Amino acid sequence: MLKVHQIDVFYGNIQALKGVSLEVQEGEIVTLIGANGAGKSTLLKTLSGLLKPKKGTIQYLENSIAGKPAQSIVKAGISHVPEGRRVFANMTVEENLQLGAYLRKDLQGVKQDFERVYELFPRLLERKKQLSGTLSGGEQQMLAMGRAIMAKPKLLLLDEPSMGLAPLMVKTIFSIIEEINRAGTTILLVEQNAHMALSIANRAYVIETGSVVASGPAAELQASEQIKEAYLGGL
Amino acid sequence: MKKVKGFWIYVVLSVVIYGVVQLLINGGILNPFYANTLIFIGINIILAVSLHLVIGITGQFSIGHAGFLAVGAYISAIITMKFQLPFPLALLAGGIVAALAGLLVGIPSLRLKGDYLAIATLGFGEIIRIVFLNIDYVGGASGMQVTHLTTWTYTFICLFITITVITNFTNSRHGRACISVRENEIAADAMGINTTYYKVVAFALGSFFAGIAGGLFAHNFYIIQPGNFGFLKSFDILIFVVLGGLGSLSGSVIAAILLTVVSTFLQDYPETRMIIYSVVLVLVMLYRPQGLMGTREVTDLFGKWKGPKGGNSYGK
Ligand SMILES: Nc1ncnc2c1ncn2[C@@H]1O[C@H](COP(=O)(O)OP(=O)(O)O)[C@@H](O)[C@H]1O
Ligand SMILES: [Mg+2]
Repeated sequence: MLKVHQIDVFYGNIQALKGVSLEVQEGEIVTLIGANGAGKSTLLKTLSGLLKPKKGTIQYLENSIAGKPAQSIVKAGISHVPEGRRVFANMTVEENLQLGAYLRKDLQGVKQDFERVYELFPRLLERKKQLSGTLSGGEQQMLAMGRAIMAKPKLLLLDEPSMGLAPLMVKTIFSIIEEINRAGTTILLVEQNAHMALSIANRAYVIETGSVVASGPAAELQASEQIKEAYLGGL
Repeated sequence: MKKVKGFWIYVVLSVVIYGVVQLLINGGILNPFYANTLIFIGINIILAVSLHLVIGITGQFSIGHAGFLAVGAYISAIITMKFQLPFPLALLAGGIVAALAGLLVGIPSLRLKGDYLAIATLGFGEIIRIVFLNIDYVGGASGMQVTHLTTWTYTFICLFITITVITNFTNSRHGRACISVRENEIAADAMGINTTYYKVVAFALGSFFAGIAGGLFAHNFYIIQPGNFGFLKSFDILIFVVLGGLGSLSGSVIAAILLTVVSTFLQDYPETRMIIYSVVLVLVMLYRPQGLMGTREVTDLFGKWKGPKGGNSYGK
């Protein structure tokens, strides 16, 4: 479904990604793990069109999307939940979700997806008239994810959804991610919390200072000594 | 249904305000000084609301608004004085050319953020003024003679159109997109919202109405000079928006009325005027840093009724 081949991405002169290649098949949960500053967010931003690769190709469903503007990528079915949640703080929950469906014309479908999001996240339904800036961290993460779902993505890009959340909330969020995936959305999950991410993913990639250094089935990586040492705190 | 009803209340209220003032003027009860003050208030409200769209709604800190006022003033004056064409046409042309100037300024500068955008727009405002200063066709520094054509009726119609258009824009899908740019540009981008486009649209629309205000402004005096459009004028407009509360349309309207009244009555003491102005600002910033209205609208105060004054759905 998604095929990233040898991309280089720069911030000015600083190279953040060096020849990164990665693949996501339809229906999978793929996780990309790596330390702070490894280039995980950079990769997602490049996939969603917020950054342009200098080199390399990105194939998505038979189309090349490298360097395309964000609008056309969202339209094509890729939704990005940026790092740090980034909800529209002075808007209500409902208005945030509405903006997620900003590019959609099928009003009937949007209505159904509102219901779907409220089913996935009952807490959002209870708080739909509340300003989203006043939600708890976990609720804001739910809202950011719900808002992305409102765009009706085929591929959902999640950037560190567990960041700064209490363990119980992390569990809730991860089980919702699995539920979204079961309902037919392919997921590329970026995480520092490697343990959790590997436990729900089919396959995984490990990124270090801008390059992919390991990849394989999630269970295999979880068992690998090297990965255990570096990312799982030697568990 | 509720929205439609709110709209009609707004229309009726506007007609009543217009009618009462017009009757007072016709009956000679309102002397020309007061009538002129009302016109001036109307012009300032248009300016405040047009800048509110750029700063309050879209979150782009532009401080060169007087430049677009100048474009509207000069273009409309050229059309009535040099080409002897009708005033409404001049107003429209002033607005359109100001909007074009807004596009010209906005497309390069709206890539900048925060302080940089503020400095760039300030600079552009000054450039526009200096361009007029150096064109002999419009009288250079000594200015240009203009016939007095602005009436309460023209002012009110323009004011009504400005508030209606900007309110509807704010409450539309496009308005929500603009607000999302203000709230969080990265998230808006990720949502597939073309943030640059909306910044430029808001800027051009704001400039258009500033240009209309310019036409009214020019024809409310007998002469216009580049000096009328310096950066202090830009600050005056900025103050309406900030004092009213960033994001509140009714706040900027109230602030424009309040400050115009204050400054009109202090006209003869320009130094005192600036002191009082500063004191008012300092006091507001001390006791109401969010501005008079915060981001709320007057209509919020009437419970459930949400009139067309819009953009009110986002905040406390
Ligand atoms: N806006 C930026 N400008 C310059 N350098 C950046 C910017 N964003 C990230 N970087 C750099 O790119 C590298 C990768 O960052 P990032 O993708 O955010 O890492 P991660 O998400 O894995 O923590 C880091 O070295 C970081 O300092
Ligand atoms: Mg990151």
